[in-house]
Amino acid sequence: MTSIATARLQSTGQTAEKSPGGTEILRVEGLKVHFPVTSTLLRRTLGTVKAVDGVDFTIAAGETLGLVGESGCGKSTTGLSILRLIEPTSGRVVFRGEDLTGLSKRSLRPYRREMQIVLQDPYSSLDPRMTVRSIVSEPLKVHRLYKGAARAERVDELLQLVGLQPEHASRYPHEFSGGQRQRISIARALALDPQLLVLDEPVSALDVSIQAQVVNLLERLQDELSLAYLFVAHDLSIVKHICDRVAVMYLGHIVETGTTDDVYKRPTHPYTQALLSAVPIPDPEHRGRKKRIVLQGDVPSPQNPPSGCPFRTRCWKAQDICAEEMPELIDRFGHGHPSACHFAAPPENGPAVPASVR
Amino acid sequence: MDISSEPQTPDRADTRLGAPLLSVRDLTTRLAVESGVVQAVRGVSWDIYPGEILGIVGESGSGKSVSVSSLLRLLPSPPAIVSGSVMYNGQDLLTLPERRMRRIRGQEISMIFQDPMTSFNPVKTIGSQISEAIRVHHRSVSRRAARARAIELLGMVGVPSPEGRYKQFPHEYSGGMRQRAMIAMAMANQPKLIIADEPTTALDVTIQAQVLEILQLAQRETNAAIVLITHDLGLIAELADRVLVMYAGKVVESAPVMELFRQPRHPYTLSLLGSLPRLDVELDHLVSIPGQPPSLTNPPPGCAFYLRCKMSDGRERCWQEEPALLSIGAGPRSAACHFSDEMDGLAQSVTETTGVDVRAGKE
Ligand SMILES: Nc1ncnc2c1ncn2[C@@H]1O[C@H](COP(=O)(O)OP(=O)(O)OP(=O)(O)O)[C@@H](O)[C@H]1O
Ligand SMILES: Nc1ncnc2c1ncn2[C@@H]1O[C@H](COP(=O)(O)OP(=O)(O)O)[C@@H](O)[C@H]1O
Ligand code: SF4
Ligand code: SF4
Ligand SMILES: [Mg+2]
Ligand SMILES: [Mg+2]
Repeated sequence: MTSIATARLQSTGQTAEKSPGGTEILRVEGLKVHFPVTSTLLRRTLGTVKAVDGVDFTIAAGETLGLVGESGCGKSTTGLSILRLIEPTSGRVVFRGEDLTGLSKRSLRPYRREMQIVLQDPYSSLDPRMTVRSIVSEPLKVHRLYKGAARAERVDELLQLVGLQPEHASRYPHEFSGGQRQRISIARALALDPQLLVLDEPVSALDVSIQAQVVNLLERLQDELSLAYLFVAHDLSIVKHICDRVAVMYLGHIVETGTTDDVYKRPTHPYTQALLSAVPIPDPEHRGRKKRIVLQGDVPSPQNPPSGCPFRTRCWKAQDICAEEMPELIDRFGHGHPSACHFAAPPENGPAVPASVR
Repeated sequence: MDISSEPQTPDRADTRLGAPLLSVRDLTTRLAVESGVVQAVRGVSWDIYPGEILGIVGESGSGKSVSVSSLLRLLPSPPAIVSGSVMYNGQDLLTLPERRMRRIRGQEISMIFQDPMTSFNPVKTIGSQISEAIRVHHRSVSRRAARARAIELLGMVGVPSPEGRYKQFPHEYSGGMRQRAMIAMAMANQPKLIIADEPTTALDVTIQAQVLEILQLAQRETNAAIVLITHDLGLIAELADRVLVMYAGKVVESAPVMELFRQPRHPYTLSLLGSLPRLDVELDHLVSIPGQPPSLTNPPPGCAFYLRCKMSDGRERCWQEEPALLSIGAGPRSAACHFSDEMDGLAQSVTETTGVDVRAGKE
């Protein structure tokens, strides 16, 4: 095999030996989600937003893959289209060997049970007129599981699993704090015994002290139920804490991926390096010691992405070739993990993040 | 270590900085709402000195925004009832006639908000709003000079092609650009004090880095003191000179930034530091603070942190007697905890806080 072919294999995630569960349960190949931009006035299509533009990754049973990147880069769209809550424009979503993209709504149903989603905003994602019991038991009702007393028992069990009391079941969402509401969302997502949870910014709306409660809960549930997580977030510190592997997105593309350890210690894509360097370190002893890469300008519009490398308009390393050729997501120089940059290289001035103080 | 017995102003011992620019004393804000009266700010005192950056941290609802809006008299009354004093230049801002207060706001003290969309007028161009801010306070400045100054300011904060951007409306700017324009406007009149309330919370981290750089530049240019309100301890660690930690409408700890992180003196601060996932340190487990902050409509007697505090261990004094903010040792530090001295030697540095059961300190 050529080195590029080997690298490709890695990029689509031959991660079995690295993940705890080992067996792949989700494989995403060439996923694209394009939204038409229409003018209601002129009644015609003005263009397309390429929200997700060719994304590949895999997740093994019991593993957590983090999806990070700035606002609008396509993280949520990726998560939603895996569950076909948004229809992919093209590409394959293979769940335990079955390509979900070809299935009818009806044949999709059994797979829906095994993949659930938890959304960012614990305020708007729960119906305010429903009691906690009806919220958590709704998926059981839809899938006609557990009847009568058994269903009530199942709800109690789920509430306890996420650290709530069975007494809470008769209350309404507004009677709970943000962290508790997120627990209710998680209980609902667990009702059908899923194998994969898509967690779309599950703690972003929470205060740090509450965030820690929910992060710890997610880690405990993963251990107990051997769940796989697709963890969507923009907070790089949380992703480092919770994820086994990470994929960095920019303008609808994965630009770097690998084990969390590799990517955080030896980021080779300029965007990853800039992202990591911009995170403030909560330790005043590091003040001024960390070299911060301040990028120029904003993320370009996904309706009109730059030619070649999507990052080139903000990249300090850009050369002519960057405007002409889209860099492939491969391991070019044996850094150990794939990166979509013609000039991928470890940070020039040592690691992007100060080494552990320990 | 000794804790003096009389309540003191948190910063008194910090002589290094000379006379304070602004002194807040016993600031109290109540807000009348349907369900009762929210005691949003419950007797807060602090000083800020010329040229320094004072960080205020605390979880949402702890009274950070209400306290600074109160001192600038930005809250409508009703529902707000504000008491206490805010001394600035020998006068109490809380009793100043509105006309004079308006002169101070925007000229001597300016404010940067979390969401600049709400602070810019959507139907006026960004440029005209900055020029206006200059001319309101400096009548003698010509329109043309104000325009030139506004363009200069926009350029300074890194708004690309400032002349063209001068003519654009707020919605034509990206979030990060609006926040930079907001900083430009806050700098316009060379203020003595800039109050920045979560200036980067709505922004992505790469844009946050841009805005912080501009904020530091604004401080260098104007030599203003900055009150930086945030819930991000990372920002505090990188920018603040001194820090106030707020909890349930009160200051529970006040310290120079280095000391706060190295040796927190309030159990809440310690838990906050331990609950942070870190980029630079490997943590097995995050410290989670059980429960949630108390209701401010009906705050509990005694210590507001009592129900979540591991160090209290159910001791009577904690729920019976409200701990005052007392100074610690000789330095410019204070904490509001009856058993603050038990934290001696508990956390030598922030990297060691995690996993430390704070009860271990008590024996
Ligand atoms: N229904 C839609 N119609 C048109 N464009 C859309 C639609 N949904 C998303 N987009 C666009 O697709 C891009 C990716 O959006 P997405 O919500 O996936 O971003 P994200 O990475 O989750 O961002 P955030 O961090 O802000 O949640 C954005 O440019 C967004 O504006
Ligand atoms: N306009 C208002 N009316 C009633 N209550 C308010 C109002 N603004 C804030 N509060 C309440 O005051 C308390 C402090 O709020 P705030 O200062 O905004 O917190 P922070 O800025 O620390 O997140 C909270 O309990 C909040 O719900
Ligand atoms: S391919 Fe070129 S523009 Fe893109 S990240 Fe690499 S150096 Fe920068
Ligand atoms: S006074 Fe008691 S309850 Fe309050 S912080 Fe100190 S030990 Fe904890
Ligand atoms: Mg999203
Ligand atoms: Mg606020």
